[in-house]
Amino acid sequence: MYTASDLKKGLKVAIDNDPYIVTAFEFSKPGKGQALYRTKLKNMITGMTIDRTYREGDTFEPASLEERPMQYLYREGDHYYFMDNQTYEQIIINEDALGDSKNYLIDNLNVKVLMFREKAIGVDLPNFVNLRVIKTEMWVKGDTSKADYKPATVETGYELRIPPFVQEGELITIDTRNGEYSTRVKE
Amino acid sequence: MDHLNCSYPKNWPLARRKAALEQRARIIRKARQFFSDRGYLEVETPHRIPAPAPESHVDAVPSGRWFLHASPELCMKRMLAAGYEKIFQICRCWREGERGSQHIPEFTLLEWYRVRSDYLALMDECEALIQSLAVGIGQRECVTFRGHRISLASPWEKMTVEEAFHQYAKISAKEALRQDLFDEVMVRDIEPRLGIGKPTFLYDYPPERRSLARLKRDDPTVAERFELYLGGLEIANAFSELVDAEEQRKVFESEIDIRRSLGKEIYPIPEKFLAELDVMPPSAGIALGVDRLAMVLLNATKIDEVVAFTPEEL
Repeated sequence: MYTASDLKKGLKVAIDNDPYIVTAFEFSKPGKGQALYRTKLKNMITGMTIDRTYREGDTFEPASLEERPMQYLYREGDHYYFMDNQTYEQIIINEDALGDSKNYLIDNLNVKVLMFREKAIGVDLPNFVNLRVIKTEMWVKGDTSKADYKPATVETGYELRIPPFVQEGELITIDTRNGEYSTRVKE
Repeated sequence: MDHLNCSYPKNWPLARRKAALEQRARIIRKARQFFSDRGYLEVETPHRIPAPAPESHVDAVPSGRWFLHASPELCMKRMLAAGYEKIFQICRCWREGERGSQHIPEFTLLEWYRVRSDYLALMDECEALIQSLAVGIGQRECVTFRGHRISLASPWEKMTVEEAFHQYAKISAKEALRQDLFDEVMVRDIEPRLGIGKPTFLYDYPPERRSLARLKRDDPTVAERFELYLGGLEIANAFSELVDAEEQRKVFESEIDIRRSLGKEIYPIPEKFLAELDVMPPSAGIALGVDRLAMVLLNATKIDEVVAFTPEEL
């Protein structure tokens, strides 16, 4: 069982027996008032998003989802293909159901596909994935005048902000829980 | 960022906060200057105390058998009762479980107290302080925060809690309290609209939310308490202090009852504080979140951007 203080982006909970994923989360506390946990929750079956505010003592059941280890294969339009590591069975998940997860899907990535009543409704990613920077501003070695992040695009098409010293073509680690740059990978 | 090998440091997030931390240090230096120019004595009271003031929704961090203070308020008021007339303190405080884009469990408070004063006088002083700090770090009439241009020119907006509910919510403050929705309405409908064009003092709280404030003499249906908002963010909380020990004891007892009903740890009544409260002159006091103020003056979206380390980075 979870309590409100466990709420964070990506947590999956059961509401009226349906699986929901927390897509946005903010801790609030009006002056001298109680802690409030404001969330946006996406129904993992219908895709509908609801706003809910919880209090400290509120509790939740985890969403009852079966996890199957699979490998990401490729994408065709809105369809993302995965293969079950044990049965070699292939399944399709729609872009909508993947949400932000699609930003980190590179060929052969091992993920956990989430099944609800025998239907694939999403994936659980590793906390960190390595992706190659395919587009960003050039940096001249030794130039430390730029002290802020710069925009970059990685091989999946995902856009994020990275430190100035990371060059095009380099491999970086991204934290999939918040979508932010984590480190540069030495190759 | 002068490094021997002219490359970027490994801890990039920390390195890039350098400019913000330099400005933060300047804010704190200017605040000290502001209060010493006004004849305030800087004091230091213990961070580690036997027990915090019993407040329903403030949880202290244990430290051995004692606690880290959630605010220096009890000790500073005992100093007022002992004859110190104008005091201020800038110190670290701790509150269990408070973490979000505007909260960090270890944070910095600036508290100041003066005798023979009230919350209205503190509004003026607060206004003068923030104006002078903004100028001190090179901001002038206006600050930009969360996409809002906030004019710091006097006078700032003043709005009672009742007026704010009337204007921004579909429910009165009294009704919201009755339905136990006060905090939700505050967070959802009211706070985001405060301090947008200019800073807003939200004042005259219902007695249920009086905390350590006295009730208004000519209208005991409200307490002399205000909160200051800039760009929807709460920056400070102030009271005309309650100096009646018996009344204060009752407030503590009702806060303890609420804590008990929520299954929270029960803190003992601060008896030494109550014993000395009767000789404390009528006073006013305020706690201002230094990290939050730095967020506003430096246009930071997260509190993480104005501190050296977050708990997650340790």
